[in-house]
Amino acid sequence: MSVLVFTENWDGRFKKLTFELVSYAAKTAEMLNTTATAVSIGKVDDAELKKLGSYGAKKIIAIENEKLNILDNQAYSALIADLAKEEGAQVVVLSNNNTGKAIAPRLSVRLKAGIGSGVSRLPLSLEPFTVYKRTYSGNAFAHQVIKTPVKIVTLAQNSFDLTETSDSSVIERRQVTVDGEILKTTVKDVQKQTGKILLTDADVVVSGGRGMKSPDNWAPIVELAQALGAATACSRPVSDEGWRPHEEHTGQTGKIIAPNLYIAVGISGATQHLAGISSSKYIVAINTDKDAPIFEAAQYGIVGDAMKVLPGVIAAVKELRK
Amino acid sequence: MKILVCISNVPDTTTKIKFLEGNNKLDTAGIQWVINPWDELSLTRALELKDDASTGVKSVTVAHVGSAASEPTIRKALAIGADDAIRVNMDATDAYNVATQLAEVLKKEQFDIVLCGIESSDYNGSLVGGMLSEMLGMPSVSAVSGINIANGEVVLTREIDGGKEVVTVPSPFVAVVQKGIAKEPRIAAMRGIMMARTKPIKICEPVECENLTEIVTFEKPEPRAKCRFVDAENPKQLVELLMNEAKVI
Ligand SMILES: Cc1cc2nc3c(=O)[nH]c(=O)nc-3n(C[C@H](O)[C@H](O)[C@H](O)COP(=O)(O)OP(=O)(O)OC[C@H]3O[C@@H](n4cnc5c(N)ncnc54)[C@H](O)[C@@H]3O)c2cc1C
Ligand SMILES: Nc1ncnc2c1ncn2[C@@H]1O[C@H](COP(=O)(O)O)[C@@H](O)[C@H]1O
Repeated sequence: MSVLVFTENWDGRFKKLTFELVSYAAKTAEMLNTTATAVSIGKVDDAELKKLGSYGAKKIIAIENEKLNILDNQAYSALIADLAKEEGAQVVVLSNNNTGKAIAPRLSVRLKAGIGSGVSRLPLSLEPFTVYKRTYSGNAFAHQVIKTPVKIVTLAQNSFDLTETSDSSVIERRQVTVDGEILKTTVKDVQKQTGKILLTDADVVVSGGRGMKSPDNWAPIVELAQALGAATACSRPVSDEGWRPHEEHTGQTGKIIAPNLYIAVGISGATQHLAGISSSKYIVAINTDKDAPIFEAAQYGIVGDAMKVLPGVIAAVKELRK
Repeated sequence: MKILVCISNVPDTTTKIKFLEGNNKLDTAGIQWVINPWDELSLTRALELKDDASTGVKSVTVAHVGSAASEPTIRKALAIGADDAIRVNMDATDAYNVATQLAEVLKKEQFDIVLCGIESSDYNGSLVGGMLSEMLGMPSVSAVSGINIANGEVVLTREIDGGKEVVTVPSPFVAVVQKGIAKEPRIAAMRGIMMARTKPIKICEPVECENLTEIVTFEKPEPRAKCRFVDAENPKQLVELLMNEAKVI
């Protein structure tokens, strides 16, 4: 018996979302009177692996195999499914990010395990095993029963608090053989930006909409983001117009994010936009129209012209956060 | 080359979501059903590939698991330009079950490329595409934002954290697509709507399969605290509130 959690790494490092996952797995294990085992695939040193222990993983299975250097959905799922069986996992936890979405459904078939995806709370009950998940693009949440003996949960980012422990953990480095036959993905080219705060990782996001009027007006958005250590985002028409890169588009058809703070500037707050940001802990809106729907989603607001308001906000941030 | 586009049927994205008494069923009164936005984009991209003779794409089929009530959605896909359609006659309530039905379809008929969307905007599962590929033992590529065919080779772009990868997998495969796959969804022209009436929809009965999950209750998100307005002349107050009250910066 155990709860198995897949911990992705980025160039040998874990992220906050990894620790959220491990904290979640440890708490779920506690409910089930068992322990959490973390699985790490890739080159990660002991010091980094130990961190998984400090968020509650009792056992850390570390696998290094150069055949697994690129994400191959089939190979990863096969490996994790085997480990889940070996460890007698009752629950398997993954992130609801791109990697989790690539692996979890395949795992479900291999383990004949029902999935709760985009879960944002601990299981509501164990018998029957009921999870709390996002539906209708954030317009409702469902209590979903998973009926199979093994359950898979993919956790929504930034929905679970980190819990640290001083309990001991063991690292088990394992060799695995990866059958070359199973590897089907060939990577021909990689384009990566570095040094930019990723929208999906950011605690604070500054986002601009069509109310910014022109791509030439983006300097204050970028400057405010820099002052706050925030990522920049935008509404769909803004990326459709090519004012901003596509990676910045948030909403139902763009990125779904849940930062601690989302500052929406010149964004009306259409349901499709809110679908991507409504899980933010706090929303601030700056808009000329006091009746814009964004103010219904926001906790703080300023009614005013973005180009006049933003310089004052930037100055205040610089002054107060010195 | 043949492409299959799996389409789900979802409430129009502006729909105000309400539930029936007991909170376990969507109140469908007055709901406009549309093709799931990502599926509309995959269909668009599939048709663009077919339009380009150099790709060798000969046909685009759509598959849908749903009751007769969703036939208008299928007709719409045919009007946009799909050649034919397959409907598995069953209410879709569980991703595993839907994937099982689609896998049956794919066991009977060969396709080179199978397109699924990243998620249905109703249950937000992000599951069917991945499950389907595993059931069929096919490779899958997720987070696909681009698909091109050159010299008979299908090349996919997938999104990774902070960038993109250009990848290939052997056909047949499942691509789980997201933003970027096509720019604007193609809309049905009058001629397409006329032609759609005569295009074939094959109806299959479902195979036996248990649901692995079941939604027992829905609830609406907790209402947020009312917006607190700060005077436009006093932006400093906003920053103070964010620092001292919300404690988020
Ligand atoms: C299937 C589908 C999916 C969609 N998915 C998405 C999605 O994922 N993300 C998304 O964002 N949209 C999405 N949309 C589009 C969505 O419906 C809205 O059209 C879009 O969000 C509006 O963008 P906006 O708020 O930037 O622009 P607008 O709605 O034009 O709003 C501009 C706002 O700026 C304000 N403003 C004007 N001037 C100023 C000024 N000087 N200072 C401050 N404020 C000012 C205005 O009062 C207004 O509220 C989708 C639509 C469909 C049909
Ligand atoms: N009932 C269905 N019929 C056909 N395809 C579906 C159905 N439900 C989901 N899909 C496909 O699977 C994708 C992801 O859906 P989901 O796993 O439900 O979030 C959709 O974009 C469709 O391509």
